[in-house]
Amino acid sequence: MTMQDPMARAIPDRLQSPFARALRSWETILLVVLLAVCLTNSFLSPYFLNAWNLSDATFNFTEKALIAFAMAMLIIAGDIDLSVASIIALASTAMGLVMTMGAGVPVIVLTGIVTGLICGAINGVLVAGLGLPSIVVTIGTMSLFRGVAFVVLGDKAFTGYPKEFAYFGQGYVWWVISFELVLFAVAAVIYWALLHRTGFGRAVYAIGNNATAARFSGIRVDRVRFVLFLLTGMMSGIAAVCLTSRLGSTRPSIATGWELEIVTMVVLGGVNILGGSGRITGVVLAALIMGMVTFGFGLLNVPGIVMSIFLGLLLIGTIAIPLLLRRR
Amino acid sequence: MSLLRHREVLLALAILVALVVIALRFPAFVAPASLANVFNDTAPLMILVIGQMIVILTKCIDLSVAANLALTGMVAALMNGAGVPLPVILLAVVVMGAALGAINGLLVWKLGIPSIVVTLGTMTIYRGVIFLLTDGKWVNAHEMTDAFKALPRLVVLGLPVMSWVAVALIAVFAVVLIRTPLGRAFYAVGGNPHAAVYAGIDVGRTQFWAFTLSGVLAGITGYLWVARYAVAYVDIAGGFELDVVAACVIGGVAIAGGAGSIWGAILGALFLGVIKNALPVVGISPFWQMAISGSAIILAVAFNAAQGRPKGRLILREAAR
Repeated sequence: MTMQDPMARAIPDRLQSPFARALRSWETILLVVLLAVCLTNSFLSPYFLNAWNLSDATFNFTEKALIAFAMAMLIIAGDIDLSVASIIALASTAMGLVMTMGAGVPVIVLTGIVTGLICGAINGVLVAGLGLPSIVVTIGTMSLFRGVAFVVLGDKAFTGYPKEFAYFGQGYVWWVISFELVLFAVAAVIYWALLHRTGFGRAVYAIGNNATAARFSGIRVDRVRFVLFLLTGMMSGIAAVCLTSRLGSTRPSIATGWELEIVTMVVLGGVNILGGSGRITGVVLAALIMGMVTFGFGLLNVPGIVMSIFLGLLLIGTIAIPLLLRRR
Repeated sequence: MSLLRHREVLLALAILVALVVIALRFPAFVAPASLANVFNDTAPLMILVIGQMIVILTKCIDLSVAANLALTGMVAALMNGAGVPLPVILLAVVVMGAALGAINGLLVWKLGIPSIVVTLGTMTIYRGVIFLLTDGKWVNAHEMTDAFKALPRLVVLGLPVMSWVAVALIAVFAVVLIRTPLGRAFYAVGGNPHAAVYAGIDVGRTQFWAFTLSGVLAGITGYLWVARYAVAYVDIAGGFELDVVAACVIGGVAIAGGAGSIWGAILGALFLGVIKNALPVVGISPFWQMAISGSAIILAVAFNAAQGRPKGRLILREAAR
C-alpha cells in the first residue's frame, strides 16, 4: 500500500476547546449514527429491545472486530492484509484435522491460534522481509491459504467437535454476556492501549505517515511491520476458534467475503486507508454499527446479499463523504 | 526492453516445458484440437487480463471485473429472455460494461479514493445487484435462445468465435498500447505520475479511461461467458478477479505501475489456463487450482522484485538514442 497521500491530513487545532474538537470528531459522528440505527431498529421491531436478542446481535460483529483491531493497526502503518478470511479457513481446517485425530479442546484451540500465527508470519516474511507489496502478496496468500483448505477438505466438512469446545462461540460468561463479547471487550482495551499508549503504537503511526523518516528516527520499520502481520494472523486464528465453535463445523468456504467486511469496519471506523491516522475507538463504534445494521436487516427479513450491497456503499460512502465535504 | 522481453521468453519456455512434461505421459493433451480447446477455455481470462493490465499500469487495481462480468452477463441473459435481438444485446453489454467500469473510474478520478477500496466495494455492490434483478434465480440454458448461445461456439477456421474475439481484442489493444497517445499515457501515468502531469497528461482522467476499458472488456466477457456456459446466476466467475490479477503478476506487469507488456500478461493467462486444464488430465484434484494460483502469484511477485524494479517503458525512443 505505498501510495502518495493526496489528502492533506488534518492537524488538530490546539486553539479549539477540547469539547468543540470532540464534537467534530469522526467518533462523535459514529456515535450519533449508532444511536440512530438503534433507535430505528427499536421502531422497526418490538423484538429489538430484548436483552437476549441484543446479545444475539453481538455475534454479527465480535469475530470480525477481533481481526479489525489488528487490521486497523496494519492499515495505519500503510499496509493491508486481504488474506485474513482465508487464514480463518485454514486455521479452522487445521483445528478440524487435529480434532479428527482425537485432540482435546486445549490442543484444538492452540492449533487454531498457532496456524493463524504461522500464516501471519508467512505474510510478514514476504512483505516486511522481502519488501514485496502487501496488496499483491496477501491476494496471493488469500488464494493459497484457502486453496490449501480446499485441498484438505474438498467438498467435505469437519463436524463433531467436542461438547466443551462449543463454549468459545456459544457460551455465556454471565447472563446474556457471551464469551465472544467479553473477548471483544478485552481485545478492544488491549489494542487501544497498544496503539495509543505504547511506543510500538507511535511507531505504527510514524511508519504510516513516513516510513523513510521513521527508519531514520531509529524505528525498526520492518520488524514493526512483521509484528503487525503476525497480529492480524493471530487474531484471525482466534476468530477462527470462535467461528468454528459457533458453527460447530469447518467448511473450506467458511468466512467467505470477510476480508471486505473487516476492511469496511476499519475504514468506517475512521482509519485512513492510505495509512497514518485512525483510532481504535472508531473501530469499536464501527463494529457496533455494522452489527446493529445487520441485526436491523435481519429484523426486516432482508437477505444477506442485500446487506453486502449496503456494505459496499458504506465502504465507498464513508471514504467519499469526507472527501466531498472537504472539496467545498 | 531486453529485460521485459526476457520475461516473456521465460514464460513461453515455462509453458512449453509444462506442455512437454504433460505430453510425455498424456500425449492427447497436446493434440491440436486439445490445445485449441485450452486456448478457447482461457479466452475469457485473456480478455480480462488486457483490461486489468492497463489498470495496473496506471498504478491502480480492479477487483470488480468478475462481478462486472457476472452482472453484465446476467443482464444479457435477461434481455435475451425478453426477446431483444442479439446485435442490440452485444451493443448493450459493451455499454453496460463501460458504465460499470466508469463508475470505478469516476470514484478514483474525481474523489481520489484508492482503487482497491473502490473496487472492493463495487465488487460486492455489482454482485448484490444481480440478486436484486433476479431474486437469486438462475437463468438456465432452456431460457436462452439458440442464436444467443451459438455465437461464441461458432467455429471459424478451426477456432470458436470466443477465441477469435480474444485474438482480435489482443491485436487491437497491442496497437492501442504501443502506437497511440492514450496507450503511452497509461505507461506514463504509472511510470512517473509527476512527470506525466508536467508532460500535460491528466493522471486521474487516464486512470478513468483505464477502468472504463477494463469494464468494456469485462462486459464483452460477460456475454461470452453466459452464452458459452449457457447459465447465469449471482455467483458466476466467483473469485475470478484473483486469477486475472495473478495472470498479470505472473506476466511481469509491475504492480507499482508503469511497466509490463500485453504479451507478458497474455502469456501469464495462458500459463494459468494450461495448468487449470492439465490438472484433471494428470489426475490431480481440481481443488488444487486455487492453491496453485496463489503460489504462482507469490512466486511471480518475488521474482519481479528479485529482477529489480523494472524500469518504466521508454516512451520516447528517439530521445533516448
